[in-house]
Order: sequence, then C-alpha cells, then structure tokens
Amino acid sequence: MNQVTGVELIKACSAIGAGLAVIAGIGPGVGQGIAAGYAASAVGRNPGAQGAIRSTMLLGQAVAETTGLYGLLVAILLLFVQPLAR
Amino acid sequence: MGSYALAATNVDFMVHGLFQYEVFGQKLWITTTHVSLLIVMLILLVFGIVVKVKVSKVKPGDNPTGLISACEIIVEKLDDMVLSSMGEKQYRKFANYIGTIFGFILLSNISGLLGLRPPTADYGVTFPMAIITFCLIHFNHFKYQKVKGVIADLCDPWPIWAPINIISDFAVPVSLSLRLFANVLSGTAIMALIYALLSKFAILWPAALHFYFDLFSGAIQTYVFCMLTMTYITNAIGEEN
Repeated sequence: MNQVTGVELIKACSAIGAGLAVIAGIGPGVGQGIAAGYAASAVGRNPGAQGAIRSTMLLGQAVAETTGLYGLLVAILLLFVQPLAR
Repeated sequence: MGSYALAATNVDFMVHGLFQYEVFGQKLWITTTHVSLLIVMLILLVFGIVVKVKVSKVKPGDNPTGLISACEIIVEKLDDMVLSSMGEKQYRKFANYIGTIFGFILLSNISGLLGLRPPTADYGVTFPMAIITFCLIHFNHFKYQKVKGVIADLCDPWPIWAPINIISDFAVPVSLSLRLFANVLSGTAIMALIYALLSKFAILWPAALHFYFDLFSGAIQTYVFCMLTMTYITNAIGEEN
C-alpha cells in the first residue's frame, strides 16, 4: 500500500464534502412538494384561477430551490474546481 | 480503478480558452462562452432583422401569416406577462427590456441543444444581467420614492434595521444570478457526466434528459428571472405610483 499524500487526502475529503453538501437538496425538495400540494388543493377549490396559481407556484418553487442550488454549487466546486487541493 | 479515473478525466463542462490576447499587460482569453454568446446574439439579430423586414412590408389591412403571426403571439404573451405583474401604468416602459432578456436567456439556456456550452452556465454572463436588474431596481426606487422614501424604506421597522436592509438589497443580484447560473450549470454538468461516464449506453434516452434540463428547466428559469426582475422593480416603484 502506497503512502497517501496530502493532496490525495484533500481530494478524497473534498469528494466526501461534496456528497455532504448536496444533502442540502432535502430542504428544497420538501418545500417544493409542499408548495405543489397547496397549489393542487388551490386548483381543486378554484379551477378558474389555474393559470395564476401555476405561475405563483413556479415562482415560489424557484425561489425555494435557491438554497439547494447553493449546496449543489459547493459540491460542483469541490469536485471539479478543487480549490483546496492547490 | 484505473479505467474509472480515466473516464472521470473525460468529464468536461468547464469554460475553455480558445484564443489569448493582451490588453494593457493583462492576459485575457476569448473563451467558449464568448463564442456561444456571439452565436446566440447573431441568431437573435438575424431573427429581429428578418421580422422587421417582413413587418415593414405588411399593409394595415392584411391578415398576418406565418412568421408574422407567430411573432404577434410571442409579443402578446410577453406583453401579457409584463402587464399582469407590473400593472397598466408601468408595463409599456419595461416590456421591451423584459422581452429582450427573456429572448436572450431563453435562447442561451436552450443553446445546449445546438451543441454549444450554454453562455448562462458562466457566472460572468448571469452576474452582469443581475447587476442590470439591481441598477434598475435602485434607479426606479430613487425616481419614484425620492430620497425621503428610500431612507424610509431603509429604516423599515426601526432605524437600527438599516444594515440588515442594505445586506438584503445586495443579496438580490447575487441570489438572482446564482439561481440562473447554478440551474444551467447543474444541467450542463449532469449531461457531461452522462456522456462521459455512460458513453457506451448513452443512445437516444439522453434526449429525454436534454428535454428536461435544457428546455423545461431553461424555460422555467428564464420565466423566473424575468418575473423576479419585474417583482423587484414593481416593489421599488411602490404601490401608489
């Protein structure tokens, strides 16, 4: 077994960190699901306002998605740019 | 293990430099982003010129046909979108700007289908657009609310809240640009991973993923960018105007 160098260790830990960072996806998943559920019940109560409800839902979901995307961004940076292993 | 590492090195979705030049001792690059931006701009320009030539030939009584009627539908939809979120008074002023960034971002996002690297997957493209939005927000804030209203908004619940309000003002362009950038980049990265790591099995079915990541996600993010821009500007203008 060869000795593990510092850079290799950092790269391996970056991969683990990237995996941990995308756990942030849980939050937006739950939030978007809740938003879609309420939108569905709103359409059930008032089918005439479907267009407005859909656009409001999409806007809210996109805003809620941002936190998850920050996690994804951190993961992509750790995996492909590897700022720590330089 | 060796082949794994080899396959991973083929993953390629980063910006590449194509041509280096020097300005005032600074080394600058023409990158793939510039090339894709140029192609997107050319497509939009040619489309605009063709439509302009066709429109100028139409007489007032004629029935619109083909390209003209398609453009009428596009313009009507965009006008409706701006009208519904900005109100009767303001929408004339902003419909042009919103229509322009809508067309630009949409074409940029779906340019992945043309084999280009989407320009919006480069933070250097999305951040300036968010900066434009930021300037528009604050220009209109000062124009309609005057300095008094701006200071009143800054000290919203109490004057001690002002630093937090300033931070949230500056968070707007960052989150706006990062949202668009990260969405497009994640689509690009996932498609690059699929093509590099599953290159033997990637036959036909990636088309469905292209549909989702490029068309659906791209269109949604375009819509969201425009809607948020309009919402922020409407908030800055204030309700009484």
